[in-house]
Amino acid sequence: MTTKAPISWNAGEELPSITLPPVTRLDLIKYAGASGDYNPIHTIDEEAARAGLPGVIAHGMLTMAVMGRLFSPYLEHGFIKGFQTRFTGMVFVGDVLTVGGKVLGAESTDQGDLYSFDVFARNQKGETVASGQVEFLVFRD
Amino acid sequence: MWQSLVGRRSRPVVNWVERGAVRRFAEAIGDPNPLYLDEEAAKKSRYGRLIAPPTFPQTFDYGTIEGLCLPDSGLIHGEQRYDYVRPLFVGEEITCYRVFQDMYEKRGRRGRLTFLVFSRVGEDSGGKTLFTTRDVIIVTETVMKEWKG
Repeated sequence: MTTKAPISWNAGEELPSITLPPVTRLDLIKYAGASGDYNPIHTIDEEAARAGLPGVIAHGMLTMAVMGRLFSPYLEHGFIKGFQTRFTGMVFVGDVLTVGGKVLGAESTDQGDLYSFDVFARNQKGETVASGQVEFLVFRD
Repeated sequence: MWQSLVGRRSRPVVNWVERGAVRRFAEAIGDPNPLYLDEEAAKKSRYGRLIAPPTFPQTFDYGTIEGLCLPDSGLIHGEQRYDYVRPLFVGEEITCYRVFQDMYEKRGRRGRLTFLVFSRVGEDSGGKTLFTTRDVIIVTETVMKEWKG
């Protein structure tokens, strides 16, 4: 018996991108509390200045989590199996991030169809602040 | 200084995927997915229960590697990888530890960079691996000098 996958993508297809409201200090305080990462360069201006930064910077892991949101609509049908990110730029308060992704290809596995994606996060100047790859496994129903 | 510690691991720590912690994390990353938050919706899903967002393992305690001291500020998070066997379930117990995998140096535009590579592991109560990570931390020459002071 053949079973049909509930969702499928074609190579080159783009995921709907997400543009976030400007990053606020409160966003960073909330993420610090929720994640337990209290490194003060993310929340306290004086500490950021001491580290040679013009202002507090967002947690890289917050940017990665936001890239993960691209796959949130599909969690009924599968899950992120692999998620790799390189942090290439800093995110400051006031920055407007857009995250997006594109299908690289797919392979059939025992568990289901494994899709690979390029993902990115860019700021309002078009600079890439993080990029990486996601492998998303779609279960066969 | 760190080279001799490569291969060392922390003593495992038991963590729980707490419902309130998942809710706060989902809110902080702006992702109110019903599968993370809504018990009823989650019951009807294929998992039959609430799950945690993919990067939620950031919240766990992985223990400390004995003898390993790092600068307390100025570390750069260069790269992160997660590999999962399945999503994590709210309410489950996960045993976590970290391993100091590797250390190498590169010469960059602004001097010598030291790369520290860790992996973190989460296992279910039966000892089966649920996820692994690869974490690359970069220490710049400036930070290193200031730290050794």
